[in-house]
Amino acid sequence: MAVGEVMRMEIPSGGDMSVTSPELHVLAVDDSIVDRKVIERLLRISACKVTTVESGARALQYLGLDGDKGASGLKDLKVNLIVTDYSMPGLTGYDLLKKIKESSVFREIPVVIMSSENILPRIEQCLREGAEDFLLKPVKLADVKRIKELIMRNEAEDCKTLSHSNKRKLAEYIDDASSPSPSPSPSPSSSTHDDSSAKDFPSSKQMKSADEKFSSLL
Amino acid sequence: MDALVAQLQMQYRNYTVSLYQQGFLDDQFTELKKLQDDASPDFVAEVLSLFFEDCVKLIGNMARALDQTGTVDFSQVGASVHQLKGSSSSVGAKRVKGLCVTFKEYCEANNYEGCVRCLQQVDIEYKALQTKLQDMFNLEKQIIQAGGKVPQVDIN
Repeated sequence: MAVGEVMRMEIPSGGDMSVTSPELHVLAVDDSIVDRKVIERLLRISACKVTTVESGARALQYLGLDGDKGASGLKDLKVNLIVTDYSMPGLTGYDLLKKIKESSVFREIPVVIMSSENILPRIEQCLREGAEDFLLKPVKLADVKRIKELIMRNEAEDCKTLSHSNKRKLAEYIDDASSPSPSPSPSPSSSTHDDSSAKDFPSSKQMKSADEKFSSLL
Repeated sequence: MDALVAQLQMQYRNYTVSLYQQGFLDDQFTELKKLQDDASPDFVAEVLSLFFEDCVKLIGNMARALDQTGTVDFSQVGASVHQLKGSSSSVGAKRVKGLCVTFKEYCEANNYEGCVRCLQQVDIEYKALQTKLQDMFNLEKQIIQAGGKVPQVDIN
């Protein structure tokens, strides 16, 4: 990220870049029509935008990860969380999790696995592969509320961290501007953070890497 | 008018409680009711409707898989039982779910007679639940038509 871009970051004078209740967009994957209806309602009632799909393959298609160039337009519908059933015909929830974590674009999206079976090795396997959490079916409102809070908390913490470090480093940059400093040559940022929109919801890990880029300016 | 509403509400309460006491419904059904509001007043009925359609489809699959002259593919039967177990669990259909647990065990044991018995029972059971819930939804309609509100029923 070029030095000039630091100046363009929105740093409100009042406080941190806290975003008040942006809507999470959740992609819910389940082969059961009954479970899709229930999870959709659970998420909607928890103030989330929801897209439901019936299979791992459809989920990959929606995300544009299936190699079909025609689906790339859908990537504009940013997904903040993926909730998927474990046991599905074809691609299991675990297979889907792996594919998402292998993707450089989507690996930062939190993935939650749901299963009707409380099989410890299965749960461990999913958590090891990077799943954010594991929900035992039947899913209840309290489960969804908990997951949402977890995701929102992660996002808010990373926004705050970035905001504080922005202000600090910006102040230091201004101090340094008068004295000669080595010209930084940072690599281009891969962050998709849109700094003009308070509503956009950068994923936690992407924010962290942007933070690292700022520290190269010291 | 109020006396009628009160009477219907009491009928509704008693009927609902009996469904839980007789094991037709469990607390997942209560969870579904929490998701119903003025914006989505028919949510529970809609989900249950999807569930009953699922029952027809899956029981059909099981029957076809068991009706093979020759070797029965018990894993195929088991796959449909697993799905039915899942959806019955998600809607709080306690008796259907319980039957699916037994049914699954018979599939895993390749027990043909056991499977056929379970198939018959599961068919009877989902239809019984369907009738009971229809009566419950009818009571709700009557309360509303009489100008009352459907009461929240506390199971515990």
